[in-house]
Amino acid sequence: MKKEMGIGILFLVVCIVVSILNPRFLSVVNMQNMAERIGNYGIFSIGIGMIIITGGIDLSVGSIFALTGVLLAMMLREWNWPWQLAAAAAILVPMALGAFHSLLIIRTKLLPFIVTLCGLLFYRGIARYIAEDTNKGFGDAEAGGFVLLKWMENGKVAGVPMPFVLLVIIAVIMWFLLHRSVYGRYLFAVGKNEEAARYSGINSNLVIASAYVVSGFLVGISGILFAFYTPSITPSSHGNFYELWGIAAAVLGGCSLRGGEGSIIGIVIGAALLQVLQNLVNLLGIPSSLNYSVIGAVILIGVLADQYYRQKRIRKLERESRL
Amino acid sequence: MNDNRERNPLLRMEGISKVFPGVVALNAVDLEVYEKEVVGLIGENGAGKSTLMKILGGIYTPNEGRILIDNRPVSISSVSDAMGHSIGFIHQELNVLENIDVAGNIFLGREPRRGVMRLIDREKINAMAKSLLDKLDLDISPSALVGDLSIAHRQMVEIAKALSLDARILIMDEPTSSLTLTETETLLGLVCELREQGVSIIYISHRLSELNEIADRVVGLRDGKNAGTLDKDEISHDRMVNLMVGRDISSFYVEPGGKRESGYFKARGVTSGAYPNQEVSFDAARGEILGFAGLVGAGRTEIMEAMFGLDTFSTGEVSIGDEVIPISSARDAIDHAIYLVPEDRRLTGLVTDMTVRENITLPSLMEYSRCGLILRDKETEVAQLQMEALDIRAPGTETPVINLSGGNQQKVVLGKWLSMKPRVIIFDEPTRGIDVGAKAEIYRVMRDMAEQGVVVIMISSDMEEIINVSDRVAVMHEGRITGVLDRSDCTEDNIMQLAVGRDLKEQVVA
Repeated sequence: MKKEMGIGILFLVVCIVVSILNPRFLSVVNMQNMAERIGNYGIFSIGIGMIIITGGIDLSVGSIFALTGVLLAMMLREWNWPWQLAAAAAILVPMALGAFHSLLIIRTKLLPFIVTLCGLLFYRGIARYIAEDTNKGFGDAEAGGFVLLKWMENGKVAGVPMPFVLLVIIAVIMWFLLHRSVYGRYLFAVGKNEEAARYSGINSNLVIASAYVVSGFLVGISGILFAFYTPSITPSSHGNFYELWGIAAAVLGGCSLRGGEGSIIGIVIGAALLQVLQNLVNLLGIPSSLNYSVIGAVILIGVLADQYYRQKRIRKLERESRL
Repeated sequence: MNDNRERNPLLRMEGISKVFPGVVALNAVDLEVYEKEVVGLIGENGAGKSTLMKILGGIYTPNEGRILIDNRPVSISSVSDAMGHSIGFIHQELNVLENIDVAGNIFLGREPRRGVMRLIDREKINAMAKSLLDKLDLDISPSALVGDLSIAHRQMVEIAKALSLDARILIMDEPTSSLTLTETETLLGLVCELREQGVSIIYISHRLSELNEIADRVVGLRDGKNAGTLDKDEISHDRMVNLMVGRDISSFYVEPGGKRESGYFKARGVTSGAYPNQEVSFDAARGEILGFAGLVGAGRTEIMEAMFGLDTFSTGEVSIGDEVIPISSARDAIDHAIYLVPEDRRLTGLVTDMTVRENITLPSLMEYSRCGLILRDKETEVAQLQMEALDIRAPGTETPVINLSGGNQQKVVLGKWLSMKPRVIIFDEPTRGIDVGAKAEIYRVMRDMAEQGVVVIMISSDMEEIINVSDRVAVMHEGRITGVLDRSDCTEDNIMQLAVGRDLKEQVVA
């Protein structure tokens, strides 16, 4: 719990400062917009966080968004698939890709960084190729018969945007999975020390592979939401850099890139913080060209503070263990 | 060396005290080292040996006390101060760079240069290294990559490095803990050789037989205080143990007893990836401790890991009673109550960042869960039970095991298997780096298990341990079992003969 305290405080401080400087931050419309974006980004950030906990990384997410976005538009609009089938496909494709990545990582011992970097390039190209590098839109949802699917992104329940509702549901389920289930314990054990986990009879390959597949599932859901977030999908830019938002959220939320550390609450707050920071740049009239710089600086401050406390804790442990 | 008393000591540490927040690590400790002397420094973990040596090595500064070299007070406040006073420190964890060659390691930071570009003078550095290695009678090429050397040779490189700094006092902290028997012999020979060349050595070891062999004097520490000194003619195993623990451990090794049921556990034609063509077969009885001796690299660990399902290239079968057990993964072995306490606690035995509770329940977590969710209370209960049963000294079940001493860490590994009712348990170097008190406890646990009808198998490279703990000893050489000795035939000589692949006249075959 202590680990989430830091990021939680940072999040609150940023929110309070922004709302003092510009009360519009607290307006219903702004909150709704932000909640929608937090939902979109939060869901796949949890997936990336899981992979980071195994000691891996996934750089291919943004390109997969482009691929599934393009596919979804074509399935619904051009091939006239029923929305249920199209949605299932849009979720199954990232899951299959996750399984494929993990297979390469486990069997060939390639580094996850390399495998998913290749994915980042490869899927982007495929997305552009099948869309013939043209924008793909969804047109009229009612005519296409996928109102419900679009509602997942645009709809609201009691004023709360659906993506945020989905994030909350997913976060709760994932919290139990990671922090209360046998599987979650295995995930952390494998991330911390794969060898020791193997010597304790844990099928570490299966644990790692399943993390990539579960992450693929979450990426699939986020992918559908992102597809409906924009009016049309530009295959060359849709989802660009999104993997980095996910990684940043996970790292801010306390995931160690060495594996074995992290928490769902931390990741969700991390994802939320990133969106608040984006919002802050708009609301405070900071030139939008500085957007990334502001976010980069805050992430750096966050991880520096985390590192400082970590070192302090290690020094304390060392003193104690010298007894 | 009884004439020491009349001579002035080379080094004298007087009234050294060191306080860490909340604990007095050293309390007015004295230590004298004379010229051309090997001083054994003994004590249980936490007795203050390492702290004292780190003060001498300039890593810690003492709160009180003074250090005299050649009767002159000196101030040692950094590692370079220590080097300046001709003190060399060979740490337990080796400090060599594997990606650099031998000569480069020895003269790291002091490389001879030449030319305008101030590039390393390769010829000179190799020649300098060669002459040092020759002095130590070592057949290592100065241009060999340290990463390609054996652990023993890496250690020699460190010794050469210390000598290149003109060390007159050499501190060696557990230098043999990861060496094979022959390597240990070589190292001990080298220590004696260094003494002849005029170097004084402070030698820390838990292996008392080594001190028996080479020490001129043994100094004991207990709870941060001097516990006494033994002169050459007083050094014996029992007196050293007494010095360390302050009482007699009369039954340090537990005598075997109880009834046996031979042929209970059978391994037939087991091979490992390391020796794919060597089929290993043996029987182990219920109620016995079967020791596995051999040189490092003889394939002992590999065979055990194969039987534990960790070697995907292995063939052969094992059976318990009349039940043949198919093993293709560690899970299979665990499900049939065959457990392995691996050689390297930190790397393979434990997830050191996790808590005592999490480690103890890791292999049996399914039993403490419902619908895939962990039942925390049940888990804590089991962890507590094992902590009490094994006397694991830790603040609580929620302490990360990284904060525990080696002995207590090993007990956590034991705890995780004991909570799962073993039928066969394999110990790989069970007491490496563990202090005397904890060793005795682990031997007792092993014997208790054997008496309760568990098949206990123990790999050990510690000759004293293998002879005193095992009921029978199987000796391996290059992937095969060269002989199985009954307790009465278990002599150091017999084991060594078999370990190097020679036959015994009265060999008892399994």
